[in-house]
Amino acid sequence: MTSRIEVRKTLKLYIAGAFVRSESGRTISVQAKDETVNVALASRKDVRDAVRAARTAWPNWRDRSAYNRGQILYRLAEMMESRRAQLIEACRAAGLTARAAEKDVDEAIDATCWYAGLSDKIEQIFSTKNPVSGPHFNVSTPESTGVVGVVAPLASGVAGLIAAVIPPLCGANTVVCIASDADPFSTVALCESAATSDLPAGVLNVLTGRRSVTAPHLAAHMDVNALGLWDCEPAERKELDIAASANVKRVHGYKAEDRSAALMRNPYRVVDFLEIKTTWHPAGL
Amino acid sequence: MMTVDAVGLEERAADLAKRSIKKHAKIHGLRIAIACIDLTGLEGKDTPGRVAQLCRKALTPDSRDPTLPHVAAVCVYPSLVSAAKKALEGSDVKVASVATAFPSGQSSIAVKIEETKEAVADGADEIDMVIDRGAFHAGRFREVRSEIEAVKQACGPAALKVILETGELGTYDNVRRASQLAMEAGADFIKTSTGKIAPAATLPVALVMLQAARDFERRTGRRVGVKVAGGIRAAKQALQYLVIVKETCGDDWLSPAWFRIGASSLLNDILMQLWKERTGAYQSDEYFTKD
Repeated sequence: MTSRIEVRKTLKLYIAGAFVRSESGRTISVQAKDETVNVALASRKDVRDAVRAARTAWPNWRDRSAYNRGQILYRLAEMMESRRAQLIEACRAAGLTARAAEKDVDEAIDATCWYAGLSDKIEQIFSTKNPVSGPHFNVSTPESTGVVGVVAPLASGVAGLIAAVIPPLCGANTVVCIASDADPFSTVALCESAATSDLPAGVLNVLTGRRSVTAPHLAAHMDVNALGLWDCEPAERKELDIAASANVKRVHGYKAEDRSAALMRNPYRVVDFLEIKTTWHPAGL
Repeated sequence: MMTVDAVGLEERAADLAKRSIKKHAKIHGLRIAIACIDLTGLEGKDTPGRVAQLCRKALTPDSRDPTLPHVAAVCVYPSLVSAAKKALEGSDVKVASVATAFPSGQSSIAVKIEETKEAVADGADEIDMVIDRGAFHAGRFREVRSEIEAVKQACGPAALKVILETGELGTYDNVRRASQLAMEAGADFIKTSTGKIAPAATLPVALVMLQAARDFERRTGRRVGVKVAGGIRAAKQALQYLVIVKETCGDDWLSPAWFRIGASSLLNDILMQLWKERTGAYQSDEYFTKD
């Protein structure tokens, strides 16, 4: 009897709805629980390609109804639920215990579900009718910011990644996410859920490798409108802030404690990546 | 009639397109590309105001960098030639006008000649005519040739660019034959496409036309320029065409006198690449004028 040759997975980048190797052809070895794994090492040109994909995908994602975006995010939660075992396995590869991995994945699925439901409520919650002196109606409504660059938490797990990318997606932004250096496993597993959900290509793009290589280019990219930076040391944060200043990006920093279950389900996370449009309309004419 | 080795041609074009051009060479190449652009506005919704805007962009591609060259020409419909001429007064930027029932070329010879004369009278420095592809495919080469000769005569002092519409010619042999025919009939430039049908300009087609122009010059001593147009939107493509021009015809062809790129959105992409080289940051078209 011949023994089977195992089909090993190549961990790749997720750009424009496809799993691709780095254009540089480079990989990096990352230590998993029981083995060393080669992972695509994203380059600055991969950042460029990912931002281009996100920019292209944005108008379509933005112009869908908030209800439809909610349905699609819910579909993502469904996919994560059906791939729960794979996600847990990926978290364990990154060093989590069996119990911690289960908790992490359940938290991630529940949060995804929660933001799916929030999608078509954001506009009602954060729209205002403003009192103004004069014969005008004055109303403010939130709109998406555009392309959001996300630097994922250092030890992300699935929940960490969800905490980082779902709020901007819920706000109708498209996302380019730089995954945790140490945990590409749960990142790629989550991307496989995303690829089989109905999330349109390019709405979520994820780069693995080293954040020190890609984050400065993402921060400096003039076509990125906002940044969500997780677990940045002060020196790194300063460098990225300076790079982000050229086109006055919105920059939001988050720390590990922002991942607590209560804070994970927070509508203000979505507001971080929204712009407020105010309209004056003549009244009483 | 010489036949074209299609496989060899495509391989050579693909090979030349792979050449890596970085840093100083890239900046130099992009500046040449700007100088060779025929900035084109060929939309039905064009107005004199929009053409004036296009002309300002042609004169000063990027107001933040006055050292950049201006483009070679502005290419418009005949009815907008006078508006373009006025906006470009006192500059070296040429006004090119499409004529002869652009883009189909399906009209009587009398109408085509009249349209050409009118554009030239309005001040067009260059005329972009289309050949009658119907006649070409029917094998009525003499008719195609005499039409080009008649339009050339109607151009008077204006330069004549002959659009072959290679996307409709089918084979490289036909492209070579049409190039030959246009050059013999007196074309000052041969041009790939109208930009109105796909496929428009491709690297192998440009290579055939450049080879035809090179061979024509060797044979007759008269140099005819080449213009590629349609679907050239990225700076990288522009550099690939420049490589093909240089390798086929030589360095002195890298000039708007002999090589043109008909394009509109290409210019902004080149500007974005130049700013990328300058600042190190990838750019957004939000920060560049749309016309």
